[in-house]
Amino acid sequence: MTLESAKLTSETLSPFELKGSLFTLTVMYLREVDKALIARHLHEKIRQAPALFSNTPVVIDLEPLAESNVTVDFAGLDRVLREHGMIPVGVRNGGVILQAAATLAGLPLLPESRSGGARKSDKPEQTPACHSKIITQPVRSGQQIYAPQGDLIVLGAVSAGAELLADGNIHVYGPLRGRALAGVKGDTEMRIFCQSLEAELVSIAGRYRVIEQLDEAERGRPVQMYLVADRLVIEPLTR
Amino acid sequence: MSKVIVVTSGKGGVGKTTTSASFGTGLAQRGHKTVVIDFDVGLRNLDLIMGCERRVVYDFVNVINNESNLHQTLIKDKRVENLYVLPASQTRDKEALTREGVERVLNELRQSFEYIVCDSPAGIERGALMALYFADEALIVTNPEVSSVRDSDRILGILASRSRRAEQGDEPVKEHLVLARYAPDRANRGDMLSVDDVVEILGIPLLGVIPESQSVLQASNAGVPVILDEQSDAGVAYNDLIDRYLGENRPHRFLTVEKKGFFRRLFRN
Repeated sequence: MTLESAKLTSETLSPFELKGSLFTLTVMYLREVDKALIARHLHEKIRQAPALFSNTPVVIDLEPLAESNVTVDFAGLDRVLREHGMIPVGVRNGGVILQAAATLAGLPLLPESRSGGARKSDKPEQTPACHSKIITQPVRSGQQIYAPQGDLIVLGAVSAGAELLADGNIHVYGPLRGRALAGVKGDTEMRIFCQSLEAELVSIAGRYRVIEQLDEAERGRPVQMYLVADRLVIEPLTR
Repeated sequence: MSKVIVVTSGKGGVGKTTTSASFGTGLAQRGHKTVVIDFDVGLRNLDLIMGCERRVVYDFVNVINNESNLHQTLIKDKRVENLYVLPASQTRDKEALTREGVERVLNELRQSFEYIVCDSPAGIERGALMALYFADEALIVTNPEVSSVRDSDRILGILASRSRRAEQGDEPVKEHLVLARYAPDRANRGDMLSVDDVVEILGIPLLGVIPESQSVLQASNAGVPVILDEQSDAGVAYNDLIDRYLGENRPHRFLTVEKKGFFRRLFRN
């Protein structure tokens, strides 16, 4: 064995290493093949979000074209995309003929998105996770804060003229003087908790009360609010 | 290190310009080189209240458009050393205030001034947004009435979300509450919100309470910042406010009803 080959077999001296890795890529679902039309729409998109288009790798999904008999000028499409800051790195779906044309144009074929295996692994991601939102600053008049798919927790005061919205529950540890709407997607199990009830309006799943309808005994007190048989109940938190 | 301080309120007529004029004057009197900028393009008032309206040649918009330089445009106060005014244009509108232009002028002023006081127009539109965008600190001027406090709350929300410090994630703009036009007897009767009510609702530190006073109107009409009228209660209150701002311990005055002496009672009632 020569010195040279001994070097090559030694793993530590290998000039590279191959490893698998997962990436999140932008997918372009191609519906039209008119390059001018695509260019125009890309131009508009760039105007709205320039940061998204700086040498961004993109996968072209041909699924929307699968049923039609169109041919795609992949070389031309490649040029249009690159001119707009997107770099095609592969195609998927779309049937044998389109895929062959893409391969000829030098675009690698990526596995189809609808395979059974992929679907199973996708599932846990699709179940809505609970995203609570915590606000440490006071919420001032004119501000609106929305917690989608979760609870909204506010540590400071909520001023008159401010609005809190949550798909889940709402907790306010300062005085609640603005509006609070819990369960805005219609979940009647949600509740509102606050340290001092001075709200302009409270609502759970669309059932609301305005300040005029609040009992004087509840005003300025720590309370919780929830629905019983479609009626909004306000109950003191302290016993 | 120079500081950019915006004097703002949301609502109009609460005493922003009066406060800007007296605050700038008070800082300059204590030896700090100070400039007061009028951001109320189209409705300029600051030069009137500071008594320099007859010496306005160029204005803020001219500087922004590079039609004049700061040296030509700044008006040096005749009464107080270290005090300068950058007047607004009366013939333009707020669109003339570009963010780049305002930033350039402020950066240039930072070179030579310790305090840069920005007198904001009322409202929450462009002029007010430009006045507060570059602020390091804010004086929130409020009157003891519900609508004024509500509007100040709105401005505090904008400071916390749309100032440069907020956008860049820097330390937030430091907020100070100035409660102007306060009348303790009316607060006691429940006609006005009390100091405690306002502090409770807005939740920011109280820098000063300026009593409702005839002398403010007289001073404005005479073109003299009321802080220079040391005989008046408002002038005394502004002087306290400046000392407090500069870190000295000054108890709040004019919070309670003054006891009427025998003669005053006799002649007033």
